[in-house]
Amino acid sequence: MQNFLLSAVVYLAAAVVAVPIAKRVGLGSVLGYLLAGVVIGPSVLGFVGAEGQDVMHAAEFGVVMMLFVIGLELEPALLWRLRGALLGLGGMQVLGTAAALSAIGVVAGLDWRAALASGLILSMSSTAIVLQTLQEKGLMKSDAGQKSFAVLLFQDLAVIPILAVLPLLAMVSPESIAAAGEGSHGGGFVEQLPAWQRALVTLAAVGMLVGIGRTVVPFVFRIIARARLRETFTAAALLLVIGIAVLMQFVGLSPALGTFLGGVVLATSEYRHELETDIEPFKGLLLGLFFIAVGASIDFPLIGREFGTVMALVAALIGVKFGVLWILGRFAGMGTAQHLLFALALAQGGEFCFVLLSFATQNRVLPESVTGLLVAAVALSMALTPLMLMAWERLIAPRVGTAAAPARAHDEIDESRNVILVGFGDFGSTVGRYLNANGVETTVLDIDSDLVDALQRLGLRVFYGDASREDLLRSAGAERAALAILCIGDAGANLALAKRIRQQFPHLRILARAAGRRSAYEMIEAGVPHVYRESLDSALHLGSEALHLLGHRAHESWRAAQRFRRKDEADVRALSDVFRDDTAHVNAAREAIRELEASMRADADGALASDDTAWDAETLREEFGGR
Amino acid sequence: MHRQLVRAVQDLDGVTFHDLYEAYPDYDIDVAREQALLIAHEVVVLQHPFYWYSVPPLVKQWFDLVLEHGWAYGSTGTALAGKTFQSAITVGGRETGYGPQSFNHYTIPEFLAPVEATARLCRMQWASPFVVAGTHAISSDGIGRAAQDYALLIRSYAGTPASHGAA
Repeated sequence: MQNFLLSAVVYLAAAVVAVPIAKRVGLGSVLGYLLAGVVIGPSVLGFVGAEGQDVMHAAEFGVVMMLFVIGLELEPALLWRLRGALLGLGGMQVLGTAAALSAIGVVAGLDWRAALASGLILSMSSTAIVLQTLQEKGLMKSDAGQKSFAVLLFQDLAVIPILAVLPLLAMVSPESIAAAGEGSHGGGFVEQLPAWQRALVTLAAVGMLVGIGRTVVPFVFRIIARARLRETFTAAALLLVIGIAVLMQFVGLSPALGTFLGGVVLATSEYRHELETDIEPFKGLLLGLFFIAVGASIDFPLIGREFGTVMALVAALIGVKFGVLWILGRFAGMGTAQHLLFALALAQGGEFCFVLLSFATQNRVLPESVTGLLVAAVALSMALTPLMLMAWERLIAPRVGTAAAPARAHDEIDESRNVILVGFGDFGSTVGRYLNANGVETTVLDIDSDLVDALQRLGLRVFYGDASREDLLRSAGAERAALAILCIGDAGANLALAKRIRQQFPHLRILARAAGRRSAYEMIEAGVPHVYRESLDSALHLGSEALHLLGHRAHESWRAAQRFRRKDEADVRALSDVFRDDTAHVNAAREAIRELEASMRADADGALASDDTAWDAETLREEFGGR
Repeated sequence: MHRQLVRAVQDLDGVTFHDLYEAYPDYDIDVAREQALLIAHEVVVLQHPFYWYSVPPLVKQWFDLVLEHGWAYGSTGTALAGKTFQSAITVGGRETGYGPQSFNHYTIPEFLAPVEATARLCRMQWASPFVVAGTHAISSDGIGRAAQDYALLIRSYAGTPASHGAA
């Protein structure tokens, strides 16, 4: 116990110290965790030692949880739409990379079986690092983000057949493999069944997962939610995830894949947000722990001894993966910058490599001398990924993203306009078009380089860039502009940008899009009075049409909507002072309900529904009616 | 034209310049705010161009909504009693175009009768209107002179807190 608490202190302290520093200097949280791991690991401070591997195994559960949360956010329809990328890109990536790496292995003098095994293993990329980094940079929704996700998903699927194939590549007799396999892989009884039964059990397990997820789980959650015990709900959420993982392990499937499937099944349930908010902190902590463990497990003495070999391995690993992805990206028809991002993002070994490598060692597919080197190479390549993505973001994307006019781009962005418009999605593009139609030229920044390319081809002045970077804002003319219009769809990113602009360019007047009341409060609190809730006007427009269709006079309905709007805006401004006073925030979904209640209570005073008194004064009839 | 008139008076001490079309582009007049402004001032000058022999639509809307029964008129509506009301208008045609024998058949004060009656119903003092005529063919000197006259008029009110609505 003492020991456990002590290492908890070491890990948590490392995270608390390293991550904010890493974020501050722009390295991102993943690299922060990795560095923290290196520092507390045996090579530097030596606070944690041999148990690093165990911690990593425990922390792998963070990946499982991450896939559950991803599944929750992914509706089945979207998954179906990704099927082409999933099978095409993902399948070709795994096969292509495995083939190329195996060839290198054979050339380097490995036995063909060992070479094939390491090729297959190393074709995996790191779901944890790639998704975390892309999400942090807001690139998940870009073309490269979606395609990377599809490839990662396929890799997670591919783990299962690879686990099945590896024992067949062993260099010793089959009997001893079976013995080794039993002890190592937690496959349970299913492994001893003949293949067709195993397939049957697997199918049954997946069917059970879907069935239970659709029927029993919502029922149980309804009961728990009615009991209003928050921690029970958290416990139930954890139970669900861990239960799925255990079931999957039992039938020999990947727990990550199983929980992902569970997430997808629950994506359409009404408890989706509750589940997300409950699992989120565990996921974050475990993933952090996982990255720390990766950092701590980098065997620096080994790297020192075999420096040349390890470096060659890292270079070959990243080089081959990058090459294969680059060729695939060609066929997928991506824009240059997205193409590069896609290839760079996935050009590393992943957490499954560690799992598969230890499995391979246990099954005597690979000698320990080789796996030690490969583990070091994989860990290094993972540590390099955030750096490479950072390089892409800083150096490559701003240039290649505007490849249509590489020389011009910089000049144009120099000639300052009065208005900087950030975020050119549906909302931002409407604002931009309206301003352009009225002769106001804007400097538009967006983070989707393919969109930027397309808009540039249409002759629009749109620039690629992460507007949270001060230098980019500066070159967009923030020092001379009058207005900054912030239309990023992600409310958090929009708010962070507003705060940054207030700090660095205090003269800029900010007009900001807000998702709903809560994000409007946060904007006002951050000192941005010009806040526009994205659905307020269209909702009231619809409401007044509804009133009209129900028989009210059109103008009367319109006036009622105007009055409602004015009162609602006043309420939001009044409530923005106090919204933080209530510390008992349960979670975002319940918070929204609480706010709705408050605003509906404010509506109930009747002033909103009454007519304009001057037009139809009851008092007039009272005064003159008697005469 | 109106820009010049406004510029001549908007920064005078004791004058509140209140631009209705700037304040309510959506015609959504804040009645409480308007009534508070009226109460705070002794003189109301309503400046606007003459549109179809009458006030612009937002000014009519302003009358409709702000001058409530029981507040501005009626047996208990005494909020505006005793205050001074004056129209300040510009018309495109020359002064000679207005009158019984002329092109427009009525005089300008006759056209303003509804406004005058409104002011009187609200128990306000009706001051004869300030009129700049012939703005279709006015010279920049003419504008300058009109602005000077206007400033003189408003300054004479500025001893008492004057309100100045523009449309």
